[in-house]
Amino acid sequence: MTELRPPAPPRRHLLSIRDLDRDDVERLLDTAQALSASLEREVKKLPTLRGRTVVNLFYESSTRTLASFELAAKRLSADTMSIRSAGSSVDKGESLKDTALTLAAYDPDVIVVRHPSIGAPQLVARYTKAHVVNAGDGKHQHPTQALLDLHTMREALGRLEGLQVAIVGDVLHSRVARSLVQALGLVGAEALLVGPPTLMPRGVEALGCAVSTDIEAIGDADVVYVLRMQAERMAAGEAYVPSLREYTALYGIGPDRVRRGQVVMHPGPMNRGIEIDPRVADSDAALVTDQVRAGLVVRMAVLYDLLTFATAEIPVHAEMA
Amino acid sequence: MTLFCANGRSDSLVVEGRVVAPTQGIDEALRITVTDGVISAIEPAGASRLVVAPAFIDPHVHLRTPGREDEETPRSGTEAAAAGGYCAILAMPNTDPVVDSAAVLGALVERAREEAVVPTGFMAAISKGQRGEELTEMVELAATGAAAFTDDGRPVESAGLMRRALQYSGLAKLPLALHCEEPTLSRGGHAHEGAVAAEFGLGAYPSAAESVMVERDLALAGAEDRQIHLMHLSASESVAALDLARSKGFAASAEVTPHHLVLTDEAVRSLDPNVKMNPPLRSEDDRSALRDALRRGAISCIATDHAPHARHEKDVPFEEAPFGVIGLETAFAALYTHLVIPGELSLETLLERMSAGPARVFSLDEPRIEVCARANLVVLDLDSEWTVTEEGFRSLSANSWLLGETLRGRVVRTIADGRLVFEA
Repeated sequence: MTELRPPAPPRRHLLSIRDLDRDDVERLLDTAQALSASLEREVKKLPTLRGRTVVNLFYESSTRTLASFELAAKRLSADTMSIRSAGSSVDKGESLKDTALTLAAYDPDVIVVRHPSIGAPQLVARYTKAHVVNAGDGKHQHPTQALLDLHTMREALGRLEGLQVAIVGDVLHSRVARSLVQALGLVGAEALLVGPPTLMPRGVEALGCAVSTDIEAIGDADVVYVLRMQAERMAAGEAYVPSLREYTALYGIGPDRVRRGQVVMHPGPMNRGIEIDPRVADSDAALVTDQVRAGLVVRMAVLYDLLTFATAEIPVHAEMA
Repeated sequence: MTLFCANGRSDSLVVEGRVVAPTQGIDEALRITVTDGVISAIEPAGASRLVVAPAFIDPHVHLRTPGREDEETPRSGTEAAAAGGYCAILAMPNTDPVVDSAAVLGALVERAREEAVVPTGFMAAISKGQRGEELTEMVELAATGAAAFTDDGRPVESAGLMRRALQYSGLAKLPLALHCEEPTLSRGGHAHEGAVAAEFGLGAYPSAAESVMVERDLALAGAEDRQIHLMHLSASESVAALDLARSKGFAASAEVTPHHLVLTDEAVRSLDPNVKMNPPLRSEDDRSALRDALRRGAISCIATDHAPHARHEKDVPFEEAPFGVIGLETAFAALYTHLVIPGELSLETLLERMSAGPARVFSLDEPRIEVCARANLVVLDLDSEWTVTEEGFRSLSANSWLLGETLRGRVVRTIADGRLVFEA
């Protein structure tokens, strides 16, 4: 008996890796790969999104994410504007809702949001008709980072299925780790979280990953993914680890901890000498600049995907709950 | 006297239906005649679709006055209470200024006498300014009409001050109602520590943040031989501590909210600020422990922790939103729909925990259905379905976790202290 399935609603936003399924991820990565070929050309601009408007709304400092979203939109011929909290009405106490409503009045096609609070992109999505892309909300999600990491791994290692990825460091405060674990699960790779127990959220195994407090556990990994250690985590009353010195001794990625054949990744900005030894950061095993390059094409792919599929009448994406 | 409301007429009317008064062993079709606010006759009647029960008492309401009259006032809050079937409520003192002096309390009592439609009691603070440093003038506050003492909204951090509060409140002959939270464990917490908080990166508020304080306060109350009431319990570990203390004969009571009985932290996946509460929604195991304790009577009160917030203050990202939800107008229907209909709780137990249970803990007159008693009655239509909407609230605020949900069971009439205060 054939069952008729109701058409899935079109995907409007990229708020979380949870919004995607495996087909979505593979299509986005393939699009990114095709777009990277265009970057090799002399004329780097594609006419695809001419007449579209992309607004970057950034409430947190950012270099690579903001720069790559801006450049990605420009390479696709979209009009862009970037609004930072400093120097805008946010400084005057305007609420996120009002800022979203104000921007919505200009009818942007996409709003890219970075915000220190979990749930901010969802709120912007609620009050605008634009497609909303989460460029990092607090400790929650950073989906385009996870996609660019997958792209980097696939380019460097030729596959994602069955890949073992050890994510090392401050998982508790890391939106990068959360997004990446979910993304790795979607493409059939395995994630292992390694870090001190005080920086490992209780219950995180439910995301579908293994957890260890022992740095030796990274030995079998194909990829060692190093998380940024934030100095403010050692502030009085927030002493998650006794000292950076002891942290580096226990979990810092030095040359002695990287096996031949392993690659090392870091979302940046790096704390050289804390979570990653400069000799590793500057070695051939490190893919850090590849990640930055991937950021541009993956964000181009995300914008392209949202806007070209949105104009089609046929809903093609299944929205994951 | 600890309950205050505007003096008005006493009504004469007749209510009829299946009368369910669990503490009196009544469950039969009756006609109740109320004359000048007093039950004057109870006679057999024919079958009816309506249920008549002793009206409800909510021991935990935030009326936000003084200071945030845009969120709730004694008038709007008691109109909401009337619509929810309540004949009495107790208001929390974490206002601005805090209810920590006879002057502030006296002004509130006056205001309630002018505008409260349902008898209202006021808890006073345990510590001045709720700062946890010095005790309030408890004896004078009791003489001015305080119903109990609490620093609700925040814990009494210092064990030393808690011990003194237990000792000194004996002079005022009023119980302490305690918000149990160990602040160094709950700091930065926005959701229950577990898989959902881990996945969403939300600051974790572990069960232990509540239970270690419950254990401390039970130990101190036991040593001082004083009665304490534990507010809005959320964790199974707290229930276990309560059971142990009660088995030793300590005079400890507890309350639970409708939202902790119905929801778990899975609801937080929506990132809807209206599922953000303190204490947070916890796990399935916690929810079952709370339901079980309510059935057994270890938890003897249902309290809404009605916490109104201005719309613009809840319309922010989850992490920035204040804790708290409203509950007066939905408590019965939410629990009838989610607990009684699925067979988790009997109607009799629900009615008892919403009325006689809180009355016992706070030494209020138990609403009874007998000739010569003041009429405190709620008339319920158990078959009526209704949808919770923002426009439907009498409360000035609309931060309900039930917005958009269709519930079964509707309050059709409330008679509080002999007056018809609500009619649907």
